[in-house]
Amino acid sequence: MEDVRIIEIKASVFEDNNKEADELREYLRSKGVYLLNVMSSPGSGKTTTLSRVINLLKDEFKIAVMEADIDSDIDAKKIKEATGVESIQLHTGGMCHLDAGMTRQGIDNLDLNNVDLVILENVGNLVCPAEFDTGAIKSITILSVPEGADKPLKYPLMYSVCDVVLVNKIDVIPYFDFDLEECKRNVHMRNPNALVMPISAKNGDGIEVFVDWLRNEIHSLKG
Amino acid sequence: MHELGVVFHIIKKVDKIASENKVEHVNSVTLEIGEVSMIVPSYFEDCWKWAVDNRSERMKGCKLIINIIKGVTKCENCNAEYSTVEHGKICPHCGSDKTFLIRGNEVMIKEIEVF
Repeated sequence: MEDVRIIEIKASVFEDNNKEADELREYLRSKGVYLLNVMSSPGSGKTTTLSRVINLLKDEFKIAVMEADIDSDIDAKKIKEATGVESIQLHTGGMCHLDAGMTRQGIDNLDLNNVDLVILENVGNLVCPAEFDTGAIKSITILSVPEGADKPLKYPLMYSVCDVVLVNKIDVIPYFDFDLEECKRNVHMRNPNALVMPISAKNGDGIEVFVDWLRNEIHSLKG
Repeated sequence: MHELGVVFHIIKKVDKIASENKVEHVNSVTLEIGEVSMIVPSYFEDCWKWAVDNRSERMKGCKLIINIIKGVTKCENCNAEYSTVEHGKICPHCGSDKTFLIRGNEVMIKEIEVF
């Protein structure tokens, strides 16, 4: 045991993933492909929201979807039924999040010359996906009314790393003790730059506002 | 589950460094984990024991040493620094919410002991 020695590392655990994510982002920009990372808790309406968004944009842009699930393809089937768009299913093999390496593998399975927008439906979870940068151009978080307006306070990192917060299920606000203004304040306390957009994926209210934002984003990436 | 993902990342990184340094075996890994990094050390240790024995030949039985870094928040309004875990986002001295975390969210690999 006389050969025991110490190697100093002094590096953040997330450093390698952040580097891979930056490389993926640069690659996507060079190809003119917009990758949108969609995060939320389970049951917030990610799949329904995405189906609405895809139906409004599918005649303008070539869209691909990557579904991250621990172990099922229910979401991929739902998206296909609702929009006709095929999804790639990424199984995370029990892991609670996607990292840049897994996202890259999904991207490498797409024909990027034939895609304008890739939507990545991350694992439904408010903790882990926030820590691992996927390499997406922008990230959005969906917060649904039944979850409560206090979520940005309880899961601060999730609301700090996203660019847009979609407040979903606003059609059921009368049945819940949910204050939209309080929710906005809570988001902005964590992330002053976040755009907050109230929507109802069920009846379509507010979806156009988000679709306009996304359309502009894609156009500006493509120059 | 969250801890397991982080453990896998650490093992991957340490294994790579060990291989670059032609290390035969890693005896221990010392981490610096912030109080508000969203990692629960006891869960982390359970994941660690399983993962090192199953994911890396040269890390079998590798010990985990965790140094906790206290969470400290600074207030922009009155310049006070205070404990994040005790008081959260609102400054206990002046009541302002214009505060920011100065340390305590780290997940760092400090050093490894090898032979």
